[in-house]
Amino acid sequence: MATASPTISQTEEKSFLRDNWILLSVLGVTLILILYFYNQNAIVTTAVLAAALRQSTPLVLGAMCGILCERSGIVNIGIEGTMLLSAFVGFITSFLLQDALGPGAIWVGVVIGVLSGGLMGLLLAWMSVTLRMDQIIGGTVINILAVGLTGYFYQQGLTAGDKLRAIPLGPLADIPLIGRVFFDNPPLTYLTLLLIVLVHLLIYYTRWGLRTRAVGEHPRAADTVGVNVYKIRYVNVILGSCLAGLAGAYLTLEAVGSFERLMTNGRGFIALAVMLFGKRTPFGAWGAALLFGFATALNTQLQFADINIPHQFVGLLPFVLTILVVAGLVGRTRDPKALGTAYSKE
Amino acid sequence: MSEFALEVKNITKRFPGGVIANKDVNFALRKGEIHALLGENGAGKSTLMNVIYGLYAPEEGEIWVDGQKTEIDNPNDAIRKGIGMVHQHFMLVPVFTVAENIMLGAEELQGGRLDISSARKKIRELSRSYNLEVDPRAIVEDLPVGMQQRVEIVKALYRDAKILVLDEPTAVLTPQEADDLFIVMRELTERGVSIIFITHKLREVLAVADTITVMRRGEVVGTTSPEGKSESDLAAMMVGREVLLRVEKEEAHPAQTVLEVKDLTVHDERGLTAVKNISFDLKAGEILGIAGVQGNGQTELAEVLTGIRAPESGTIIIDGQKVPAGNPRYLFEHGMAHVPEDRHKHGLVLPYDLVENVALNTYYKPPFRKGLVRDEEAMLEATTDIIEAFDVRTSGPFSQASNLSGGNQQKVIVGRELSRPIQFLVVNQPTRGLDVGSIEFIHRRIIEERDKGVAVLLISAELDEILGLADRILVMFHGELVAEMPVAKANKEKLGLLMAGSEA
Repeated sequence: MATASPTISQTEEKSFLRDNWILLSVLGVTLILILYFYNQNAIVTTAVLAAALRQSTPLVLGAMCGILCERSGIVNIGIEGTMLLSAFVGFITSFLLQDALGPGAIWVGVVIGVLSGGLMGLLLAWMSVTLRMDQIIGGTVINILAVGLTGYFYQQGLTAGDKLRAIPLGPLADIPLIGRVFFDNPPLTYLTLLLIVLVHLLIYYTRWGLRTRAVGEHPRAADTVGVNVYKIRYVNVILGSCLAGLAGAYLTLEAVGSFERLMTNGRGFIALAVMLFGKRTPFGAWGAALLFGFATALNTQLQFADINIPHQFVGLLPFVLTILVVAGLVGRTRDPKALGTAYSKE
Repeated sequence: MSEFALEVKNITKRFPGGVIANKDVNFALRKGEIHALLGENGAGKSTLMNVIYGLYAPEEGEIWVDGQKTEIDNPNDAIRKGIGMVHQHFMLVPVFTVAENIMLGAEELQGGRLDISSARKKIRELSRSYNLEVDPRAIVEDLPVGMQQRVEIVKALYRDAKILVLDEPTAVLTPQEADDLFIVMRELTERGVSIIFITHKLREVLAVADTITVMRRGEVVGTTSPEGKSESDLAAMMVGREVLLRVEKEEAHPAQTVLEVKDLTVHDERGLTAVKNISFDLKAGEILGIAGVQGNGQTELAEVLTGIRAPESGTIIIDGQKVPAGNPRYLFEHGMAHVPEDRHKHGLVLPYDLVENVALNTYYKPPFRKGLVRDEEAMLEATTDIIEAFDVRTSGPFSQASNLSGGNQQKVIVGRELSRPIQFLVVNQPTRGLDVGSIEFIHRRIIEERDKGVAVLLISAELDEILGLADRILVMFHGELVAEMPVAKANKEKLGLLMAGSEA
């Protein structure tokens, strides 16, 4: 066509350096700061960073739940409730089975926790895909359901026999700083790091991922080339909710070792901010989760230090960040076009 | 081997509620031909294509592909039988690359991973052999509309389509782009692809089709070759009576200036400049046509002139008085009427009934107000008058606006706007998607208003409409007015070039 314009872009071959210079310079500055503080006080720096990673684990899992759901076009604000319910179910399972199974009970608890998350996902998918309910209402139903159920069945004073312990990865764990932070963690933390890579590959390099993104952007286009929109959405919401379930299991079975009322404490909502901040990419979410985790870890550490800032102010940081991100002041991204809208064939 | 690529035999499709969308339809597509399917909106063309593409299941009838009876239950079946469809609204994911869009649903894998490089290679081969240049790495939303359409065609060829259905493919194109598309269509048929070309534009049918099938009210009224046929012959077949294709109008008698626009600059939602520093004026008793391909700032211009959007800078003067920014009611009260581009978004409240829609912009004052409450009787009376005067086909004034066909919805809007005393009328794409009969009617009403001394601003992407109605023409390109001319000096080629941005 004569009038065809020359706006053909070589999008897939832009220079990584040129596109990501902000990211790279932030990373550089961060690295320098870490080394500086490590030089000043090695023990505290290592402790803060290790705690940051641990704190980031449930956040990045929750955020990846959000990523899988939203990339396929479903808003999931029920991550908080899913986490809470799975934390409870995982813990109770492991508690009830500990006499019969011994240490294996914890792993059964993890699996059941994950599956209970998947069940919540099935509920949300049914409400938002099949019933075409408002997705915000659907998520709220899950949040209220989880608070109600866990509160009703909660018994005070139950503690599990044990929780998942750190597994140092041989000589890797002995590397200064890095070893303590990355290679001396309990199993679900390792699993989470692996899942970040897997979800990244799933979204960008597989047929499933391509179809998921298409369904989130333009479900009718996907439908006309024979992609089953409903199936894609169901499976993504269930898979994502399994990850949120894993985050719940992490809280009771790896981080704390017992269940407390409302123990998720807003992590499911912060995970949504983490997801947005990370531009709905797994690695972006991981970076954002580390930042939030770092703020929490700093808060804990400052309580021991002799500094004249009330630690509560630092404790506010994750929530202030959440507000800024959700209000679109930081790291705003384009939403998937079909986000939040139910698809109907005709 | 059969001489027909596709045959449709005695198809009947009923919708719930008893509407018969296709009644005993027979249709045969010869191999390697361009077969135009012509008909007004609601004639059943789209229903028939959806049956062929497996989106609707017909109650009766058979589909034969290449001489063999086949069952097509879903789009996958159709794709497997070599049927490809280019929808009127492109089925492309805007943020994906061309290659990702084309491979979606027909992905090639290598060890579980998407094999995008082999897809790119196959796309390049297709581009070369069909002379359809596309860049597999380009992002679709960066591409001009004509190029996106080409991506859709390649997408069908990628799936080995032998039968290509093009649904109103020229609706979004400039005349030059449309001519290019016709060349592509010829190339495709020479390489053995058979094409069904759905349209309601008579000129294009005569220009490109080998065979023409005309549908009316769900039935095939005839199949003919274009030889010896004129546009009015086809129009008569489509509508079932003689139709005036040329609007008859007298010389305009422009009087005093009603609207003055000075140095107007407007931003769109994304904050980008959509209208750049334009100035013009509009006189009573003339129709000023604004020609341009969609998306060149006409939408934003119309929104500012009707008070829906506030301008970035510049002034609008009506009757010598500066108009406050973004205040539709001020404009209504100063005699402005608006037939908006998107009748569903800005023209009607679809879940409301006609009575409520008719009262929509003057509900707050008499005659529609009586004391503190609405005067339902006056509203009903006004609606009944409009239904009668504007020939709105509806089950009654209390039927929901969403239940009307596009043409009748538009008549309700035009009726509402023209039933008030007005001095300034903005009509934006007034006949988009309407059938020949409704177009004729609405055009006549617009001319009547002009002759009553109303200043009319007509925005349209249809050159026939601009040339037929306007007395004076402005051409908009990339937010700027690039040309002005009286209609006597304008023709399709000249406007087409200006709309595409070249200096004519």
